[in-house]
Amino acid sequence: MTTEDSIVALVQDAIRTREPLLVQGNGTKAGMLRPVQAARTVSTSGLSGINLYAPKELIISAASGTPLPVIENAMAEAGQHLIAEPPDLSDLLGASGKPQTLGGVTATNLSGPRRVAWGAMRDHVMGIRAVTGRAEVIRSGGRVLKNVTGLDLCKLFTGSHGTLGIITEITLKVLPAPEATGTLILPGLDAVVAVQALSAALGSPFGVSGAAWLPPEAVARVPGLAGINGSATLIRIEEFAPSVVYRIGRLKDQLAASNAITLDTPASLAVWKDIRDARPLAAAPEDAVWRVSTRPSSGPGVLEAVRSAGVAGFLDWGGGLAWLAGPADTATHAAVEAAARAAGGVWMLVRAPDTLRATVRVVPDEAAPLARITRGVKAAMDPAGILNPGRLYAGL
Amino acid sequence: MIRQPDPKPDVMARRDSIVAGLRALLPETGLIAEPLRLKPYETDGLSAYRQVPLAVALPETTEQVAAVLRFCHQNGVRVVPRGAGTSLSGGALPMEDAVVVGMMRMNQVLDINYPDRCAVVQAGVTNIGITNAVSADGFFYAPDPSSQLACMIGGNVNMNSGGAHCLKYGVTANNLLGLKIVTIDGEIIDIGGAHLDAAGYDWLGLLTGSEGMLAIVTEITVRILRSPEGARAMLAAFSSNEIAGGAVDAIISSGIIPVALEFMDRPAIHACEAFAHAGYPLDAEAMLIIEVEGSVEEQDRLLAQLSEICQKFDPISLKISQSPEESAAIWKGRKGAFGAVGRISPDYLCMDGTIPTSQLPLVLRRIQEMSDSYGLKVANIFHAGDGNLHPLIMFDANNEASFHAAEDFGADILKLCVEVGGCLTGEHGVGIEKRDLMPVQFHAHELQQQRALKSAFDPDWLLNPSKVFPLLEPEAVELPQAA
Repeated sequence: MTTEDSIVALVQDAIRTREPLLVQGNGTKAGMLRPVQAARTVSTSGLSGINLYAPKELIISAASGTPLPVIENAMAEAGQHLIAEPPDLSDLLGASGKPQTLGGVTATNLSGPRRVAWGAMRDHVMGIRAVTGRAEVIRSGGRVLKNVTGLDLCKLFTGSHGTLGIITEITLKVLPAPEATGTLILPGLDAVVAVQALSAALGSPFGVSGAAWLPPEAVARVPGLAGINGSATLIRIEEFAPSVVYRIGRLKDQLAASNAITLDTPASLAVWKDIRDARPLAAAPEDAVWRVSTRPSSGPGVLEAVRSAGVAGFLDWGGGLAWLAGPADTATHAAVEAAARAAGGVWMLVRAPDTLRATVRVVPDEAAPLARITRGVKAAMDPAGILNPGRLYAGL
Repeated sequence: MIRQPDPKPDVMARRDSIVAGLRALLPETGLIAEPLRLKPYETDGLSAYRQVPLAVALPETTEQVAAVLRFCHQNGVRVVPRGAGTSLSGGALPMEDAVVVGMMRMNQVLDINYPDRCAVVQAGVTNIGITNAVSADGFFYAPDPSSQLACMIGGNVNMNSGGAHCLKYGVTANNLLGLKIVTIDGEIIDIGGAHLDAAGYDWLGLLTGSEGMLAIVTEITVRILRSPEGARAMLAAFSSNEIAGGAVDAIISSGIIPVALEFMDRPAIHACEAFAHAGYPLDAEAMLIIEVEGSVEEQDRLLAQLSEICQKFDPISLKISQSPEESAAIWKGRKGAFGAVGRISPDYLCMDGTIPTSQLPLVLRRIQEMSDSYGLKVANIFHAGDGNLHPLIMFDANNEASFHAAEDFGADILKLCVEVGGCLTGEHGVGIEKRDLMPVQFHAHELQQQRALKSAFDPDWLLNPSKVFPLLEPEAVELPQAA
């Protein structure tokens, strides 16, 4: 598909024939969530290009099939960056070759380490165009930074995994990239003590924009952490250069971290990219991979609860995001579900063989009254049920 | 004049039994039906429009909200949710046959959790009440609408309120983690929680800013943030709106994102100075309030850089605050802007469009032309970093022609905002005020799609049914059936 009109025509056809469509960009995240059974694929990869970039207005607008690196490069030239720091899970998901698209990271609402301080992808989508399951092009939001005109369909489409509409254009809020990045590493803490330190750091006035804990086996898989034996508790500051020095120093004092290690900008960028992309979990491609989102103080408990099931991982977002990997079977999945539920959090099955993805709850079921609303909203956007059926929930 | 749907005859006919039925569901003083006591609920911050409701329910628990909504659902009674009634767009304007559900008695802070940096509060807690509950420990709740002393967090959620500091900290939607909602059929649903990313569709995002049309929010889990080490403001005054706009562009381009970047035009400067005696430069055509945060050294460094940038635009004056008192004085003028304009003109409409910031000089020029042509004065206050414009149109409410001219003037400004690439409302909401302008920004099928989403939550269109969308006859759109 190279035009929005051709997508509309395809959806019209699919409505008529009642044949489901697999909706994707470059398909790099096809291995996430439930597999979609569809007669045809509608790809947005032909819709490519930046339509508007106004650095002074902190706004960028691009066709959904635009490769993310194209956008990142344009922004880097203007000294700006994507606020939510979306991960590139290509290695993790075994997708090689084509880069992920802007539409892909939006439709999956995937955010990186900076999410803990600056919000998710969904927080920065200011405008959206999409082809609904009624074969209509609709818009929500716009190209300005503050907009409460009507229902916020930008947020509804973001993270809807192509089940409510085919996103064709996205407008994002962007921000200046920091002049410098620094990392304070506290070696050797266990998860509970580490999350206490991360909470103290995130609860400090120093604007921490990354807060992760890696156990020893994860540390060993991050080249930028070579030389650290044992676990690493990482705290990131992104600021003007003198502020990075000042704030790292203050945090070091406040956390009484006499044996702390600091990373300079290039080293920090490399390490946080590996954390962002869950590189420590890419090593065993046969494992299933989950993301569990909980209150930060419950993160260590999640890791502890799944350990006996052979599941291990690391914590980001100050403890509030557990990246987990373990045996790809239903019993292990059930253990992850139970751990997430006990912590009052939610899980997402990010990687697994199709057979497992097709049989388990890849995200938690909703309570009955909310599930009714979900069905109503799906029916309102996609009455024929042709867009990515079953991607999130069986039968929807 | 803004039209309301006709009251439902069957509901009006059953008024007494509806009141009795609701009274049985609520604490002794929780139901108001006496005409005199209903009067305070007849309007909100858009006081030009008034309508006494059928009754006012004041629940104290989520379960009572559920019972009231279940009853209204079963009896086909319309419901208008209400927080503090500060909406500037008429979001809480009652209908003659509607029950207002007022959330002011649900005003408890239920939980504060510093390690997880969140708090659970009831919908009737004031915006400032959240910050007050955590400020002794060095934390705050970020969104700061001008009405923050009075407005309630439940209303903030429903209008997705902003404030002067959202350039850095975001609006309400960016500062929430979870909601407890009650649907029109009385179901209690938890959305999100204390975790950052929820599963499934982004209900939190859809409900935020839904203007009371989808559900009633009873509890909110908000993010609380640690206060910065310090903050300081500076004033920069310029000889034209264009030049000040150029300075705003240069600041954003420099890589500095101030925590606040406020723009006032000449009439606003004069009104606020007369009110606050903040030392605003009366010879300037435009003025910026720029605030930065950090340690004293960091503030010094950033303010020096900002001064250097402003110097390139031939400022009439530059004044860096030397103390918290001076910063407070600088903000006092801005925060008191509405009261200040109120001293010049007893009646004014506060508009709320957003524009691409590059269009500011053009938009201010066109607004001045409109002001001349309508013969009504206007003062402009602008969240310059994010393009959110607040023209205050002054009129005389005792003169009906003056009021209608003010409304037309306001509508013209909002149409202009859309024309230059912006939108009808940045933070006040559509409510009743901008309802009939929605077709300026949206195509008919886009509005129909939004209506269908409302129907998925509220098939009978009982929740705040006359707001946001131009009226249709009949109001309810058919809910599509699942395939």
